[in-house]
Amino acid sequence: MNTMETYTTPDGRTIGGPVMEMKNITLRFGGVVAIKDISFDIREGEIRAIIGPNGAGKSSMLNVMNGFYHPQEGEVFFHGKKRGPLRPYQIAEQGVARTFQNIALFKGMSTLDNIMCGRLTHSKTRFLSHLLWKGKAEAEESANREKVEKIIDFLEIQTIRKTPVGRLPYGLQKRVELGRALAAEPSLLLLDEPMAGMNVEEKEDMSRFILDVNDEFGTTIALIEHDMGVVMDIADRVVVMDYGKKIGDGTPAEVLANQDVIDAYLGVAHD
Amino acid sequence: MFYREAGDFTTNYAEDNQTFPIRLDRMGYYATMIVAFCVVPFFINDYWASAVLLPFLIYAIAAIGLNILVGYCGQVSLGSGGFMAVGAYASYKLMTSFPDMSMIIVVLLSGLITAMVGAAFGLPSLRIKGFYLAVATLASQFFLVWLFNKVAWFYNYSASGQINAPERTVLGFVITGPNAAPAVTYLFCLAFAVGLAWLARNMTRSNTGRRWMAIRDMDIAAEIIGVNPLGAKLSAFAVSSFYIGVAGSLMFTVYLGAVEVGEAFGITKSFLLLFMVIIGGLGSIFGSFAGAAFMVLFPVLLKNVLVGQLGWATNIAAHFEFVIVGGLIVIFLIMEPHGLAAIWRVVKEKLRLWPFPH
Repeated sequence: MNTMETYTTPDGRTIGGPVMEMKNITLRFGGVVAIKDISFDIREGEIRAIIGPNGAGKSSMLNVMNGFYHPQEGEVFFHGKKRGPLRPYQIAEQGVARTFQNIALFKGMSTLDNIMCGRLTHSKTRFLSHLLWKGKAEAEESANREKVEKIIDFLEIQTIRKTPVGRLPYGLQKRVELGRALAAEPSLLLLDEPMAGMNVEEKEDMSRFILDVNDEFGTTIALIEHDMGVVMDIADRVVVMDYGKKIGDGTPAEVLANQDVIDAYLGVAHD
Repeated sequence: MFYREAGDFTTNYAEDNQTFPIRLDRMGYYATMIVAFCVVPFFINDYWASAVLLPFLIYAIAAIGLNILVGYCGQVSLGSGGFMAVGAYASYKLMTSFPDMSMIIVVLLSGLITAMVGAAFGLPSLRIKGFYLAVATLASQFFLVWLFNKVAWFYNYSASGQINAPERTVLGFVITGPNAAPAVTYLFCLAFAVGLAWLARNMTRSNTGRRWMAIRDMDIAAEIIGVNPLGAKLSAFAVSSFYIGVAGSLMFTVYLGAVEVGEAFGITKSFLLLFMVIIGGLGSIFGSFAGAAFMVLFPVLLKNVLVGQLGWATNIAAHFEFVIVGGLIVIFLIMEPHGLAAIWRVVKEKLRLWPFPH
């Protein structure tokens, strides 16, 4: 499917060429094969979901994508270029941002500082200008602050700007974490279960933010999610994993009709 | 009622980022600076300088340094005594090898040398953290003290193994040795303390500080949002050691004048500095000053009360001092683990509403 360079979604958005391509990725931890020979691509401007039962290897896949794990076999292409064995911070500098399944905010800092941390990859000033503050460092700080304030407005978290994130409720922490990832203005945004542990209202809010991010900033998004309803609603294309293997890939409708996927989720009748 | 922020509006981000956004705080800061620079030097005498003000300022510099490492970057260090010794011995070697070198340059160079040594000893932090790192830095403490005792080159082969600061002047004023005027040594240390505190504030509110704090709060997440852990940790070790080296240099040249390494820069000094940082408040520049003030002033105060007022024997008072200070530290850690800086914050928050809290 989708062998052509671009395609158009049912709601009329044009999806461009591949941003990231995973080719024959195999990841092993000792004898355990977490990911087995998986290939798929993420195209510019699309929302790509990775779903699958627990332990299917989804989070490992995300960790491969942002360089936290290095696969034993296979290659990752980013913007058409083969990616070497980079450290995660180098991959962040290339424009990949992510959020975590278990919130990984900086607990000792305020909401504002957390999101400001997302701008670190864009920092041009050096240690010496930080030391003197006046001049370049202060100007950069104000410029970053302006961008961060836009994100704060966008996520509707103005009132908690200076609150230490440790004091915030779970749903808001998830939102701050999304803000920190957005502040990096990534060309690829990875979301690891952005809606885990949320109630229906919070899920609706988060879905809206994800769609708005994609719509307003044109950010390419890859997300892992368990809630099938949400995935079917917001994703353009879905990869389905089970036991480290890819068992389905396509639009939500195609995936739902796939017998392997149904078997993985509902179980197979053994007779 | 009196301490309030009503009517203080910031209209741009630069104003919002300033160190004292509340006007009253700003006034208090300026007043303190004027008193410290323009009033105190006229009233200072030998007792106040050597018992209270010099140790307070020097320990404050060292505490800021340790706070950068422990409070901002989250890397525990028990090697600060050893790094102070590096600063002191670097000053001694510089002063004796280059007699014409300005004392300001001697102190700064000693800081830079300590920064390099600190960064080298910080290398294990890339692989180990927490208690294990504390033990590794403890090793550096013992190694450095052993080195300065063993290698005679460091103390210029003197028979006693001590180092003595030769007399030097700054702008025509004698700054080291027994002939230095207390006002001069005080102003010299004050200038360093204020300048270094200002630089520390700048570092910690900019992206350098954010990188450190990101590593402190969650190193894996920090790396994934684009912080190079090697750069952040080593820069924290280097900057922290610079401060501690400057403090060690000042302690030897301006304050003590003569130093025997095991006695002046032993493990107790490392613990003393760690106490200051923890009692003052981790991750706070003000807390570093508060912690240094507490650990320097409190024993002096206690001694004056016990010996001067109550007429106890000096040795009994000295022992009781340990008991009381030790007990207070324990009580402190239980009641307010975030230190004096947190207490100060709470007091300010209460003051905003006082006396009409509803």
